[in-house]
Amino acid sequence: MNITIKYFGLLAEIAKRSDETITFTKTTVSELLEVLYEKYPELKEKDFQVAQNLEIVPKDAVLTEADIALLPPFSGG
Amino acid sequence: MSRYSRHIVLEEIGPLGQQKLARAKVLVIGAGGLGCPALQYLAAAGIGTIGIVDFDVVEESNLQRQILFGASSLGTNKAIAAKTRLEDLNPLINIVAFAEKLTPHNALDLFATFDLIIDGTDNFATRYLINDAAILTDKPVVFGAIYKFEGQLTVFNYKGGPSYRCLFATPPKAGSVANCSEVGVLGVLPGIIGSMQANEAIKIILELDQVLSGKMLCYDAKTTESHHLKIVKSESEIETVLARKHKFTAFDYEAFCGLTIPEISAAAAVQLKNVLFVDVRELTEKPEVTLPNCVQIPLGDLNNHLSKFKADQHSVLFCQTGVRSKLAVQQLIEHKIEKCFSLIGGAESLLNYTTITK
Repeated sequence: MNITIKYFGLLAEIAKRSDETITFTKTTVSELLEVLYEKYPELKEKDFQVAQNLEIVPKDAVLTEADIALLPPFSGG
Repeated sequence: MSRYSRHIVLEEIGPLGQQKLARAKVLVIGAGGLGCPALQYLAAAGIGTIGIVDFDVVEESNLQRQILFGASSLGTNKAIAAKTRLEDLNPLINIVAFAEKLTPHNALDLFATFDLIIDGTDNFATRYLINDAAILTDKPVVFGAIYKFEGQLTVFNYKGGPSYRCLFATPPKAGSVANCSEVGVLGVLPGIIGSMQANEAIKIILELDQVLSGKMLCYDAKTTESHHLKIVKSESEIETVLARKHKFTAFDYEAFCGLTIPEISAAAAVQLKNVLFVDVRELTEKPEVTLPNCVQIPLGDLNNHLSKFKADQHSVLFCQTGVRSKLAVQQLIEHKIEKCFSLIGGAESLLNYTTITK
């Protein structure tokens, strides 16, 4: 299926875009991350949460929605 | 009272709502980019008691976004400078300045005397500390955080809702998330997010529906787009914090966030070549240390003496016991000063060692 990925904060800098659509053939969030790590090796060094259809989900969640967002923690104040 | 007349005519506030604001006690941690606008609106709204925690001093580079301060506040403590400004903005309220760092030792007593906490800090260690102390004292936390042009806003620990650890159970690797001083920040961004923190605080106090709990607002100032991401509560994360209550003061949040402060023993320190010893105690504290390569810079004054730390020399900072000197080294590290150490054992151990070696 086609998946749209939204990158927040420094993750957008690593991906050099704030969102993109990719074609994905596997099933879980962690499998999607493997694809993204391959594409953007620097992502592996970063900590972030994954949202599916605007809801934070665990890494073993099954992808059912095409709408994914990667949310890193911000510390600035 | 005409000061609050625009509030009182609102159906959602009215005289009773204004009384709720007047009775409320709000603690703002960090009088920086987020804290300044939040404090400004909370004070103007007539929040009866406002506490401000900040150990840092106002620097010129703060003025681009920390709008409570001006040229006359440079070099003064932020909590005290903010209080001075806010007392002019609204002399009818009670403002308490805590010119100190929030630590596991003071957090629980401090939180217990307030109704809600505003997190306007700039580092992960204090954010986890605030989260845990708020869980242990059962206080809601209005959370704001910023990165360049983007902001995050939510309310944690509100009426059994999720906490910071439910979203980010563990801190990111040290150094993997840059702070404002390293990468910059749009000045108006903390103005927007900090004002929204004041708004959520006021909604909580007024007991309005639709407090931003269980979801995080992600705002992008470049695109003016925002997303709401739903956060699920993790009972086990909250249980873990509650179970650690008796060990709370012993928990090292800086180490938890990978920020270990370089320390050195007196034995090793006296062997260093080209070393400057820096006494960060107050000028009157005993025992006196009179080494030829030793200067006195009290901790509160450290940021005004950064030029004394040269790139080609080691700096060994000491105090009475080694606690303040760790804070001092942390400040130097934040200012990108290298080769600085906190002396284990403080002044006494240095004197013991230099006496023996004479």
